[in-house]
Amino acid sequence: MSLRIVVCVKYVPDATGDRQFTEDLTVNRDDVDGLLSELDEYAVEQALQISENSDDDVEITVLTVGPEDAKDALRKALSMGADKAVHVEDDDLHGTDVMGTSLVLAKAIEKAGYDLVVTGMASTDGTMGVLPAILAERLGVPQVTLLSEVKVEGGTVTGRRDGDTASEQLEASLPALVSVTDQSGEARYPSFKGIMAAKKKPVESWDLEDLEIEADEVGLEGSWTAVDSAAQRPARTAGTIVKDEGEGGKQLAEFLAGQKFI
Amino acid sequence: MAEVLVYVDHVDGAVRKPTLELLTLARRIGEPVAVALGAGADATAAVLAEHGAVKVLTADAPEFTEYLVVPKVDALQAAYEAVSPAAVLVPSSAEGKEIAARLAVRIGSGIITDAVDLEAGDEGPVATQSAFAASFTTKSRVSKGTPVITVKPNSAAVEAAPAAGAVEALAVTFGTLATGTKVTGRTPRESTGRPELTEAAIVVSGGRGVNGAENFGIIEELADSLGAAVGASRAAVDAGWYPHTNQVGQTGKSVSPQLYIASGISGAIQHRAGMQTSKTIVAINKDAEAPIFDLVDYGVVGDLFTVVPQLTAEIKARQS
Ligand SMILES: Cc1cc2nc3c(=O)[nH]c(=O)nc-3n(C[C@H](O)[C@H](O)[C@H](O)COP(=O)(O)OP(=O)(O)OC[C@H]3O[C@@H](n4cnc5c(N)ncnc54)[C@H](O)[C@@H]3O)c2cc1C
Ligand SMILES: Cc1cc2nc3c(=O)[nH]c(=O)nc-3n(C[C@H](O)[C@H](O)[C@H](O)COP(=O)(O)OP(=O)(O)OC[C@H]3O[C@@H](n4cnc5c(N)ncnc54)[C@H](O)[C@@H]3O)c2cc1C
Repeated sequence: MSLRIVVCVKYVPDATGDRQFTEDLTVNRDDVDGLLSELDEYAVEQALQISENSDDDVEITVLTVGPEDAKDALRKALSMGADKAVHVEDDDLHGTDVMGTSLVLAKAIEKAGYDLVVTGMASTDGTMGVLPAILAERLGVPQVTLLSEVKVEGGTVTGRRDGDTASEQLEASLPALVSVTDQSGEARYPSFKGIMAAKKKPVESWDLEDLEIEADEVGLEGSWTAVDSAAQRPARTAGTIVKDEGEGGKQLAEFLAGQKFI
Repeated sequence: MAEVLVYVDHVDGAVRKPTLELLTLARRIGEPVAVALGAGADATAAVLAEHGAVKVLTADAPEFTEYLVVPKVDALQAAYEAVSPAAVLVPSSAEGKEIAARLAVRIGSGIITDAVDLEAGDEGPVATQSAFAASFTTKSRVSKGTPVITVKPNSAAVEAAPAAGAVEALAVTFGTLATGTKVTGRTPRESTGRPELTEAAIVVSGGRGVNGAENFGIIEELADSLGAAVGASRAAVDAGWYPHTNQVGQTGKSVSPQLYIASGISGAIQHRAGMQTSKTIVAINKDAEAPIFDLVDYGVVGDLFTVVPQLTAEIKARQS
């Protein structure tokens, strides 16, 4: 038996950097360092653990849709231990929204071949958290999302989803789509050996033509949504800061009373 | 006037506040038609009517609890086809977003998530979103199909606006995907008696500075004196001092209360992503250089173990 896992990973601007929008209201990717979305490291980690705990022959492909630099995200995932990578890159993809991105990912996943798709719970830039559900819908497979624990055995995936009002145990047959939260377990650091090995692992590049997608189905023009404006939030006016010299709690109470919270 | 579908988030018939806020926003763009699913759906009608629902479509079936998400998508799609609305609004909970997203694919529409405001525009509803840990405010529209928009809690004031709220049974046929993911077990969360974190008007949070599960008592006491919800930073959650369900931030809950009080929290970008839209922000931290002080309306540089109990005592004294 073999198990083919595709892990979707996103290349995002560093959240600790000065993130901005460009003139066409898309994310400025040139002036901020990019990296593998930290939440996707958890997805790669779970794929590796599924592989390590499996008697089957497991092959892990990492997949990204993004600009040239997005290869960095793939390299990181390969150095963690994934087997191969697919990079979907095309100038016409600039400005694609979640409907377009999910369309491209779905076609690429089908082309790559899969039994299991693993994603992060959300990206650290768009932070929508809906792409996994959309992918499951597009692929027509069960969604087993927002898992803090995941296990794959005998063609079945099980997991725990910690929701707002309850914690649920889920079960689905493969093929399926899983998304994992940052509660699923710390992601490993790439070892030196892993980093060296990653350099030799295959990275395929596909464009829209390879996926039989028309340019007008994606990109800024083809988007299902339009951003009309993006404004930097005015800096907060400097607040009052007091040093506690014995009365700090009382002074704070006075402030809260003045604001009618007490 | 155009009808607007509003997906109802309720627990056994008790409608959660974000849905009532959605009804207020829905009235800006049309006539709200509510969709309530599952056990107790009928019981939601009175409060929905009181807040502007002209109609309440209800359906109950075992599939809604026995399988994940998709049965609810099938039902919302049935409502969409019955009504042909001008927009579909769903509360931005984890499940709400997934339901909305799958509906959007099925009906060929764009989706906007986590809107913090909504108004009518010439080309359809315009949503305000808060991006990059709330450092940007964007205005967006759905440009293809029927707008599907999820809205964050605390995005509008709840307003009463009595309407007919006639209950109608919704006919739902489940598709083959509906039974794909089975829920084999469910452990309900124990109620703490405190307000729901995302809905609370006041949130009191503790971080690594609280230094131990046993010390969270002083955070809870302050919260209780203010009728507030308790939040925690990821550092406190990872250390096992407080449950993950109370985590505030990028991978926890996003809160937008009238007042947020952070104690022993440094203010890392991922924490800020979940609380920066709070109206008034207060911090207690012994490090005057902590980044959280850049956000505050009022900050106390001091030891939380002396400042917090003094604050709680003073609040109680003022209240009695
Ligand atoms: C601030 C901001 C707000 C936005 N708002 C909207 C909006 O309201 N509506 C809309 O349609 N689009 C929106 N977008 C665009 C949208 O985020 C992107 O199109 C995106 O690729 C999909 O959304 P996400 O990454 O946020 O997905 P999420 O659902 O947050 O990501 C979940 C997972 O999907 C996978 N994934 C996501 N993108 C990729 C990728 N390119 N390659 C590989 N794997 C991926 C990863 O595994 C990730 O962990 C927004 C973007 C930004 C920066
Ligand atoms: C992908 C990703 C997602 C994340 N998601 C989240 C999230 O959702 N929520 C979140 O909170 N974090 C999140 N984080 C973690 C985040 O980066 C920080 O590590 C975390 O917020 C730090 O928590 P803290 O402020 O409690 O701890 P620290 O940064 O260690 O700060 C503790 C503070 O307490 C102060 N202090 C100590 N003792 C006292 C005392 N006696 N009195 C007063 N002050 C005292 C210190 O001066 C210090 O400022 C995420 C990180 C990543 C990479």
